[in-house]
Amino acid sequence: MNIYWESFKTFFKIGIFTLGGGYAMIPLIEEEVVGKKQWVSKDEMLDLIAIAQSCPGVFAINIATFIGYKLRKTRGAVCTTLGTALPSFLIILAIAIFFSQFKDNPYVAAIFRGIRPAVVALIAVPTFRLGQRAKLNWYTIWIPVVCALAIWALGVSPIYIILIAGIAGYLYGMYIKPTNS
Amino acid sequence: MIFLSLFITFFEIGLFGFGGGYGMLSLIQHETVEANHWLSTSEFTDIVAISQMTPGPIGINSATYCGYTAIHNAGYGHLMAVLGSATATFALVLPSLVLMILISRMFMKYMNTPLVQSIFTGLRPAVVGLLAAATLLLCNKENFSTPFENPWQFFISCALLIATAFGTGYLKINPIRMICYAGFAGLLLLY
Repeated sequence: MNIYWESFKTFFKIGIFTLGGGYAMIPLIEEEVVGKKQWVSKDEMLDLIAIAQSCPGVFAINIATFIGYKLRKTRGAVCTTLGTALPSFLIILAIAIFFSQFKDNPYVAAIFRGIRPAVVALIAVPTFRLGQRAKLNWYTIWIPVVCALAIWALGVSPIYIILIAGIAGYLYGMYIKPTNS
Repeated sequence: MIFLSLFITFFEIGLFGFGGGYGMLSLIQHETVEANHWLSTSEFTDIVAISQMTPGPIGINSATYCGYTAIHNAGYGHLMAVLGSATATFALVLPSLVLMILISRMFMKYMNTPLVQSIFTGLRPAVVGLLAAATLLLCNKENFSTPFENPWQFFISCALLIATAFGTGYLKINPIRMICYAGFAGLLLLY
């Protein structure tokens, strides 16, 4: 079978069957791409996950692009990326068109009044989990606090925060950390 | 031209969206709600809920939905709104596509250097701050009401926030199931 079509189909399937965001996709991607199709080895996959995690953008798209490029260069990357994004796109589009007609229904409005506070909690919980994974301690806890306050209270764009944090990390690593160690 | 600014905005979000789907939400919210006023806070919150409950990456889901709603709110019909969601999704994916191709072509060997690693050392705590800001920005009148305006809704909303945080954080209840519970509670208590 044509490899372009096959890689598109594989990632389309991965896109359809993952609930709960990018990281939930890892086991399925591993099963399909490492186990069944053997497009990349297990060790390569670990490297890919590490790089895709640290780069900006949607995690699943990053992984898909990587594997597609490895298979058939740029055209392969376009196939796998399209495959990953298309199911989400179509499903959300159908819901958006459907939901815009029911938004003002009093029952639907009541359901969403209950859902909204829950969503706030669903974003709050990963904040703490991410904080643990970033190994924050008493000397570094001020960084997320200052960033959050700058965005929340002063309306600073998160893009500037990202840029400043990246530059500060670079300067710290290059000029401060080496003299300490 | 709203399509052009939609493209530029989501391209930026794709380029600077570190920290996975949730980290990206902070950027999407700032750009679509605070900076461009394409969506209201409650619309954005609904979009996050729906993105969470449907298959696929949260970043793609919310970009598609935000693109649709932004164009629809600007007074265009369904067809133009579909074009809007295609624009937002394409713009979000484009930086990833280019960056990943560049990395696999020539920068693979630089990814483990001290230079790149120290940049990430700075980014990691900042992304935690981004998520905290997204949480704080969603805690407003539109999502919770106020103790003066509607004390009942405010009280129930706070209870649902705490219940969901406890349920998903400690009891490890599946987030999608938790959203369903909260929706059911809303139907019973906030109708």
